[in-house]
Amino acid sequence: MDLGNLASLKLFHPEIVLAGTIILLTILDLVVANKRLMAYVGLAGCLVALAATLELYGTEPTLLFHRMVALDNFALFFKVVTLVALVAAIWMSIGSGEVRQVHLGEYYIVLLTCGFGMFFMASGNNLLMAYLGLELVSLTSYILTGMLPHNRRSAEAALKYLIYGGVASGTMIYGMSWVFGMAGSLDYAAINAAMSQGDGNEAGLFIAFVFILAGFGYKMAFAPFHMWSPDVYQGAPTPFTGFLSVASNAAGLAILIRFFYPAVSTLGQEGIWTFQAFPALQWTDLLVAVSIVTMTWGNLSALNQNNVKRLLAYSGIAHAGYIMMGLVVLNNDGLTAMLFYVVVYLIMNLGAFLVVMVVANATGREDMEAYRGLAWRGAAFPAVCMAVFVFSLTGLPPLAGFIGKLLLFAAIIEGQFYVLAVAAIINTVISLYYYARIAKTMFLDDPGPDDGPVTATASAVPLLGALMVLTVVLGVYWGPLLDYTTGSLGFFMK
Amino acid sequence: MTEHVLSYMVFFPLAGMLVVLILPSGRHDLIRWVSAAATVPPLILGVWLYANFDTTTTGMQFVERAAWIPAFNIEYFIGVDGLSVSMLLLTALLSFLCIFASWGIDKGVKGYFALFLLLDTGMTGVFVALDFVLFYVFWEVMLLPMYFLIGIWGGPRKEYAAIKFFLYTLLGSVLMLVAILALYFYSEPNTFDMTKLMDRSSLYSTTPLAMWPFNVWGWGFQHVVWMALFIGFAIKIPAFPFHTWLPDAHVEAPTAISVILAGILLKMGTYGILRINYPMLPAATADLAFWFLAALGAWNIVYGGLCAMAQTDMKKLVAYSSVSHMGYVMLGMAAFNTQGINGAVLQMFNHGTITAMLFLLVGVIYDRAHHRDINGFGGLAGIMPVYAGFTALAFFASMGLPGLSGFVSEVLVLLGAWPKYHALTIIAALGIVITAGYMLWMMQRVYLGPPNEKYRDLPEINGREIFTLFPLGVIVVVVGVYPRVVLDLLQASLNNINQMVISHLS
Repeated sequence: MDLGNLASLKLFHPEIVLAGTIILLTILDLVVANKRLMAYVGLAGCLVALAATLELYGTEPTLLFHRMVALDNFALFFKVVTLVALVAAIWMSIGSGEVRQVHLGEYYIVLLTCGFGMFFMASGNNLLMAYLGLELVSLTSYILTGMLPHNRRSAEAALKYLIYGGVASGTMIYGMSWVFGMAGSLDYAAINAAMSQGDGNEAGLFIAFVFILAGFGYKMAFAPFHMWSPDVYQGAPTPFTGFLSVASNAAGLAILIRFFYPAVSTLGQEGIWTFQAFPALQWTDLLVAVSIVTMTWGNLSALNQNNVKRLLAYSGIAHAGYIMMGLVVLNNDGLTAMLFYVVVYLIMNLGAFLVVMVVANATGREDMEAYRGLAWRGAAFPAVCMAVFVFSLTGLPPLAGFIGKLLLFAAIIEGQFYVLAVAAIINTVISLYYYARIAKTMFLDDPGPDDGPVTATASAVPLLGALMVLTVVLGVYWGPLLDYTTGSLGFFMK
Repeated sequence: MTEHVLSYMVFFPLAGMLVVLILPSGRHDLIRWVSAAATVPPLILGVWLYANFDTTTTGMQFVERAAWIPAFNIEYFIGVDGLSVSMLLLTALLSFLCIFASWGIDKGVKGYFALFLLLDTGMTGVFVALDFVLFYVFWEVMLLPMYFLIGIWGGPRKEYAAIKFFLYTLLGSVLMLVAILALYFYSEPNTFDMTKLMDRSSLYSTTPLAMWPFNVWGWGFQHVVWMALFIGFAIKIPAFPFHTWLPDAHVEAPTAISVILAGILLKMGTYGILRINYPMLPAATADLAFWFLAALGAWNIVYGGLCAMAQTDMKKLVAYSSVSHMGYVMLGMAAFNTQGINGAVLQMFNHGTITAMLFLLVGVIYDRAHHRDINGFGGLAGIMPVYAGFTALAFFASMGLPGLSGFVSEVLVLLGAWPKYHALTIIAALGIVITAGYMLWMMQRVYLGPPNEKYRDLPEINGREIFTLFPLGVIVVVVGVYPRVVLDLLQASLNNINQMVISHLS
């Protein structure tokens, strides 16, 4: 189906709810003195939008607004991911000491707008729409990163983010213009048709695709477009860092998959995709190289970090490399593995940032020394949760991160990418060292004389508990989530 | 009731852990007794299993299976044969005894016993799992508790030892994971069912791969998978050159954890080779056994023994003696005859009991003198005669004195290995002399001679410590006099495993 503007609105209620919430917040900001209310209104709006999204899940794939926006399970999956991350981020913000310093009204408005942009990154079915979604996310992210008042790190991070982002999006849109020139259209289906007819010069397309990949890779923090991430992670308010680390990564993956799979590849038998833009050039070799470099660079850089947020930034880069393993195999198993990984990464990484926030609230510090003997300083529960999260990030069973890695490993071994598999093995072992260092500092080291007690923020405990339980439960019984991600591979194609 | 006996054995300690977690952390004795209670049912069920086990069939017994993740054909599939039952008994017994050996822990009691019980579940699970994913999950579940048990309750260099153990083992297990996945995708239809993968053993290609260096060595798919699995297991055994984590981990770990490490975890390496490499990859086993099992085993025996001789720390000496004694297991199973393979598994069982005794004995003296320096004692036999008696029993068993269990298994291994590898058998036999050398030398320096004035008032071994040592001592003597109590259990299953490889020997 291909709907016009008015007919589309009937299938557009998650976006309408979210946009309505943003407008409501803007008005409330002017009239309400108690800014805490803003958080609860935003939370309620996200929950309603979440319910609306889940209700739409499973509807027949449809194109909305004259082919601009796709409504399919794939887009809905990423909308759910974004909304869950938003809910968690707002919940974290309520208890965060850092967020209390900023203008709360604007903070929540911009945060929700950022999520709103991610909706269009996941569902844009036209290069223009995808680009607009991506830019909306980027602009709001710059603002949120630089929001902490009188904080030089925050300001520096925002500026770095802006400059890198400007370069990356310029590069990307330049690549898109090449594609437009060769395909004659920005619509994904039209691009696909042009590719399958062999329109366009192979080398030209290769260059264009590398440029586009750079723009997407910048959002996902692939090497060598990852330079912004450690500074931004460190400088931004922690709840937003948590949100950025999972949602921005997921949205970058969504836009990337939608472009490189339905738009420029063809789905053949048994879920195998054929990349048809330039059959003669070794596209997968490039992806393998990027994946290996990204995970190795991320892990090696993480080894010596002393700031936990910075360490998690490098670990995030490494995880972007792992996720990319699902991309090289060009089949539905790889796609399922990537989507599955997005969900488990969301859970464990948000959990880790929540603990960072708890410690920062109590001590005002984010460096490793602040975690010394955490388990023996009245924060046994956050410490145990953090241990669960970091070991899940390592990929140890019976935790959810293991299943995510298992699926990715399975995909590449089925595709016989053994070099990549060996690289991933070595990286897993390297990553254990710095993840275990966090656990070591929390449990094995004795607290120093100046290390005061840490009490978990009251609002953080239930979320922390929920994320930890999910990490363990999904590690033992992941069948339903696997079915859900497999079911989310429904694309609108033609 | 009886159809789920294995599940009860696996998950009773886990249930105990959950109970321990909800107990108030100040009630130390309550936590200790609850933990002890949680390890009793597996022990009782283990004895029941021993009594009801059919020693004449080769198939898996007490099988349970249920769908787990149908999309990937992953099942909850457990069962035992003779090989697993012997290891299961060892696990149940040592876990029970080690709770009592841990009685003196008084820092973070709740955490210690909770982790210990989790470790117990992981160990038991490894020996019964017949689905590869389940096996891998149990295998890895042991890592975390072990890391924290060494890292929090260990000695001065605990952090270094804990992370070293963790990194080595993780490297091995990730390699194993890749091998498991390769086997999964090679089988048609894809399966993680270990028994099905064994039945398909002839299908795995042995045609040399085109890639360097495998084309030079003539290694096919089967050899590469074999090697990936072998490295994973060799790290656990630990075989040279992957053994360096072991002395560190043993020295720093608290007594009970050293016992578990040496008594059970090391056995998982050789168990894995016999359970997975032998039946699933028999052609590769036949090709690679000489260098990687027999020759490496003989090297382990001599190298471990010589290293042990040079130690001045009692725990380190026992740790290196483990490296040496596990070499007999590798040599024995590479002989591919009845004596060799039975001797190897009997040696696994015996080493589990004897080394457990040795570590417990070192723990006894360490609790009193707070050091383990071999040269810092002297004449303990006069001060603590009962203790010295137990020590003598364990030392002689370790040396392989006739009438004690170590003798039977070592002789079987040497008898089995001789027809196939003359030179290696001679080297291995030298190992017995080396063992006698370092054991007697330690005996002389610590227990004989004039009593050290500093330790004249050391209290004699107490009732709790005797309680942990006595059952092991009885087993050492009984198996030494009448080894059939264990051998009967093993014979049928091991012959079955052996037969699978023999047809591929050239």
